Amino acid sequence: MQCTKAVRAGRARAPARGHEQTPRRSHPLEPFFLTMSELLLIFTDYTLRNVALGSAMLGVVGGVLGAFAVLRRQSLLGDVLAHAALPGICLAFILTGTKAPLVLLLGGGLAGWLAAWLVLAVLRHSRLPEDSALGVMLSSFFGFGVALLTFIQHSNNASQAGLDQYIFGQAATIVASDVRNFMVLGGVALLVVGLFYKEFKLLSFDPAYAHSLGLPVRGLNTLLTSLMVLAVMVGLQTVGVVLMAAMLIAPAAAARQWTNRLEAMIGLSALFGAMAGVSGALISATRENLPTGPLVVLSMSAILLVSLFFAPLRGLVWDWARTRQNRRRVRLERLLLDAHVLHAHGTLTPQTLAERRREPVAVALQNLEALRSLGWVQEHPQGFILTPTGEQKAHELEQAMRVLPHRVEGSS
Amino acid sequence: MITQPRTVQNPESGASSPLRVRDLTVVYREKPALWDVDLEVPTGQLCAIVGPNGAGKSTLIKAVLGLVPVASGQVRFFGQSLAQARKRIGYVPQRGSVDWDFPTSVLDVVMMGLYGQLGWFKRPGPREREAALRCLEQVSMQAFTTRQISQLSGGQQQRVFLARALAQDADLYFMDEPFAGVDAVTEEAILRVLHELKKQGKTVVVVHHDLETVRDYFDHLTLLNVQVIASGPMEEVFTPENLKRTYGERMRWGERHSA
Repeated sequence: MQCTKAVRAGRARAPARGHEQTPRRSHPLEPFFLTMSELLLIFTDYTLRNVALGSAMLGVVGGVLGAFAVLRRQSLLGDVLAHAALPGICLAFILTGTKAPLVLLLGGGLAGWLAAWLVLAVLRHSRLPEDSALGVMLSSFFGFGVALLTFIQHSNNASQAGLDQYIFGQAATIVASDVRNFMVLGGVALLVVGLFYKEFKLLSFDPAYAHSLGLPVRGLNTLLTSLMVLAVMVGLQTVGVVLMAAMLIAPAAAARQWTNRLEAMIGLSALFGAMAGVSGALISATRENLPTGPLVVLSMSAILLVSLFFAPLRGLVWDWARTRQNRRRVRLERLLLDAHVLHAHGTLTPQTLAERRREPVAVALQNLEALRSLGWVQEHPQGFILTPTGEQKAHELEQAMRVLPHRVEGSS
Repeated sequence: MITQPRTVQNPESGASSPLRVRDLTVVYREKPALWDVDLEVPTGQLCAIVGPNGAGKSTLIKAVLGLVPVASGQVRFFGQSLAQARKRIGYVPQRGSVDWDFPTSVLDVVMMGLYGQLGWFKRPGPREREAALRCLEQVSMQAFTTRQISQLSGGQQQRVFLARALAQDADLYFMDEPFAGVDAVTEEAILRVLHELKKQGKTVVVVHHDLETVRDYFDHLTLLNVQVIASGPMEEVFTPENLKRTYGERMRWGERHSA
């Protein structure tokens, strides 16, 4: 059942008004690139502006609260909050009979909050490991939600159609009043983070120490979780309960790659979230059959991927390059020291080097060539000798080796 | 948080012990981690808590600071309750208790020691920076102010935690294994700070694991193994019989160290 819903959520969405005549594209990946004129649509197209604003707001709020969640290793909690919202949405509909988004969002938020509280209670009173408690709570609440949804769909209530949009989100239905709701919910969340920034920072880094200072750690924990619930509420209509976790985790994880300062990380996280929100909205609005929510999440994943590989401080590519460079440097230094020993005995030739290093003469020749290109050795009638630069470098290396044991500090 | 201003001090607080523990019992699951602990710490001394692994040394510190639930017992600081005396108490947790990859700088961590005094909604400013810098100087870490904390060695991390506690400007300090796995430079720095604190008349309670050094470093000793085995001045308590009773027969520390 879920599968068919996934397909429907993706396909049934009508493309945003006014862009049905998008010309056919030849390149297979072209649907994912935006042109300048398409970017400008955000200022001229009213429907699209609402969708983009709503998605951007989600990106900002999810990014900021997600930063704390990721640092506190509570990424999974965000996933639980989001999934647990589904039964809340259904119950809110059953109890009130209305489809007003704010009512449903409040129901969803309350259910998420309840789930978080239950997880804490389970952790406090049972020996269930944290990940198990989170996983069980997530699937229980979500299962209950799906059951309620089916019940509603079979109860012949004419207005039920559309509740399932909260599973995968349906950003295209976002209108001005929704954006206003998001602004209020998200604004409250951001304001509170601003007020309690210093406390949240300490809470995330060292909760026991915060407690020892007399900060009400439990209250602050509850507050931060409640703010995460607000972020989830902003995201329910746009990306839905299943994909919401990505909007909490991915921006923060990407931002962490670029900076070592919490302030900067939170700012970047918000920026990445907003960028993903806007580009996801734009791409889906200007192409046929591309749903907004999943595209927002995909845009975010793309930003995360780029960050993981190319961020200057922690990017894998630079890491890899640095390791390679270091290895090469150490290898050459080792080589120079060998050459230095032979040079001191006046017998630095490819043959002696090969013998000392137990390598073929051809390799020794290449090695000497490498040293020569660095200007550390030069040719000589009797083979090779060290240049003054090479001598000095070898001397420095020997000095460094001599003090090495004292430079190693601590046991861990 | 705390409403009582620092200046209002009980006139007799000078006379009452910085830390008095009565009948403290802590139970984690079934087995008690601490059983009926009675402890009184003298003012202005360096006090060690020593015992085997699992003896409840860290638990004792956490329990008196209200960080773990207490089954029964009473704890008074300078004759006051924890809430009343909180601003006079500094804490150095175990270095391994936090994630050192957290995106923050050395100076930032030290300024956290001032968050309790700052109060709600206020951000640390130039005054707090100054104070934090002075504390970093005390542990010889002023050269690392802007360093990201993950780029520190274990010993340097320990000194940052110590500086953070110094920023609290407390009268009673609790330190959880500050000497564990640190380099010689750090060990020296910690000792220097301990003696400086003692000179200022402050009291320091340190969880320590090394019987080799405990007699040189501290004035007062508490031997703990779930219960308090012995507690008092170093010379009286550091005896082969007491050590044997704390560590069991298999440990032969007593013979080696009292000779």
